[in-house]
Amino acid sequence: MSAPILELDGVVKRFGDNEVLRGISLELHRHEVVCLIGASGSGKSTLLRCVNLLETIDEGKITLFGQSLNDPRIDPDQVRRHTGMVFQSFNLFPHLSVLENVLVGPVRALKRKRSDVVEEAMHLLERIGLSDRAKEFPDRLSGGQQQRVAIARSLAMKPALLLLDEVTSALDPSLVGEVLDLLRDLAASGTTMLIATHEMNFARDVAHQVVYLDGGVLVEQGTPEELFTNPKHDSTKQFLERVR
Amino acid sequence: MSNDTDESLSEETPSFLAPRRKQLLIGRRGVVVSTLSTVVIVGGLLTVFYLARGGREVRHFYFDPHDMWQAFVGDHDKGLSSVGRGLLTNIWVFLVSEVFILIFGLTIAWTRMSRSPVLMPFRILATVYSDIFRGIPVLLVFLLVGYGLPPLQIGFISNLSVATYGCIALTLTYSAYVAEVFRAGIYSVPHGQLLAARSLGLTNATTMRRVILPQAVRTVIPPLLNDFISLQKDTALLSILGVVEAVNAGTIYQDTQFNSSGLMVASLLFLAMTIPLTRFTDGLITRDRKRRLASS
Repeated sequence: MSAPILELDGVVKRFGDNEVLRGISLELHRHEVVCLIGASGSGKSTLLRCVNLLETIDEGKITLFGQSLNDPRIDPDQVRRHTGMVFQSFNLFPHLSVLENVLVGPVRALKRKRSDVVEEAMHLLERIGLSDRAKEFPDRLSGGQQQRVAIARSLAMKPALLLLDEVTSALDPSLVGEVLDLLRDLAASGTTMLIATHEMNFARDVAHQVVYLDGGVLVEQGTPEELFTNPKHDSTKQFLERVR
Repeated sequence: MSNDTDESLSEETPSFLAPRRKQLLIGRRGVVVSTLSTVVIVGGLLTVFYLARGGREVRHFYFDPHDMWQAFVGDHDKGLSSVGRGLLTNIWVFLVSEVFILIFGLTIAWTRMSRSPVLMPFRILATVYSDIFRGIPVLLVFLLVGYGLPPLQIGFISNLSVATYGCIALTLTYSAYVAEVFRAGIYSVPHGQLLAARSLGLTNATTMRRVILPQAVRTVIPPLLNDFISLQKDTALLSILGVVEAVNAGTIYQDTQFNSSGLMVASLLFLAMTIPLTRFTDGLITRDRKRRLASS
């Protein structure tokens, strides 16, 4: 196998006295989908934020495309332009239309010409099935539609890696399906993704690797079959029984 | 009936009629009652004013139509300044100060909120500035600037017109307030917006300009307009530096003609200037509130 595009080595993150990540080591290869599972507070979100440099780590090392993110010469903005992040609460820009939300990254961060990007953006909206809502503002859309736009907004940057932070947790149960379908579609077309999720069936379907975190510790990692049908650790077993 | 009925539950049929006193204020009857009480209160105040022992004198000293008109237009031959023309000074000082206040206010807010280590000294300076100029009475700032800068003899700064010193004093004081208004507005934008923008790779400055400020403006406008209403009034402080603006013209009329109607004219003119802005601000607040209620 080729070299991993993302490598975490003994990553520790503390908020004051609270150690949220306690020496996490993890690899992610191109076209791979890795799902992070675990109870709330197990450190899934923090891990994603550290990769995107929204948080700084206290110990260990994160390597992205062979470059250490600890290097002081690294420009966080450059890192973020190549790693898309989607949030639980969508965080669409309410003062911009759906289309403008998708355009803002390429136009304002990459300084590409607007007219060059509009067509790409419309293609993305078509892909998520919302091209007819391009001119509308986010508050006119359902939660599921907003989250799909948020995913399109990240994809517009053509990220090498997509980080998804419990993207269906804030949705009505009836709207979860449409977002997961989109993610399945992305996985099928080879998008590299690191996904924090509570949706076990989804993780079983799309993940190449599933990682179980508990209290900031990586307890167990394996293929979906290994982890879901034959968990080795007691805490993994207990967690899976509780969420089932 | 089962015998396990909870004893704390009442078996009586409740009555939903409002108490008699509250019934008076329901529907059209309520409008009639409140109109009546308004008429009684206003009428009462006017009666007291008219029947007061000194009422006649006060009406003569403050509301004499002839004196009011003469104070308004002024009289060059008698050396009387026009209150109306004086107000023009208030207006231009207000307009000029307003522009500078917006620029400096935003700059100070921005500096105070920056996290760059390079800007550290400026950040401290901006904080100290805010503390000082929110703490000193505007009147004192006028005196310090108006009488303090000219004797310093530093180039053009010491040779400005008195009204310009007024603009400087107002800008110094109000920028500190307006900076706080901007800061509150910027903090009112949810943190998720910042995270989303930064995670797209937008720089700090672009995030501010394209994402945070457009959303902050909405919350900032009503308190900002409130500060401008009070700025309009504080232009009257120019009079203590000897500028013949509206209030000073009224005082001159009072001192020479022994009649205070000029001051009343100045009051009315200030009201004519501020009321449109206060009404507009209130309208904005109501509209914003309705929109928020509708969207949630």
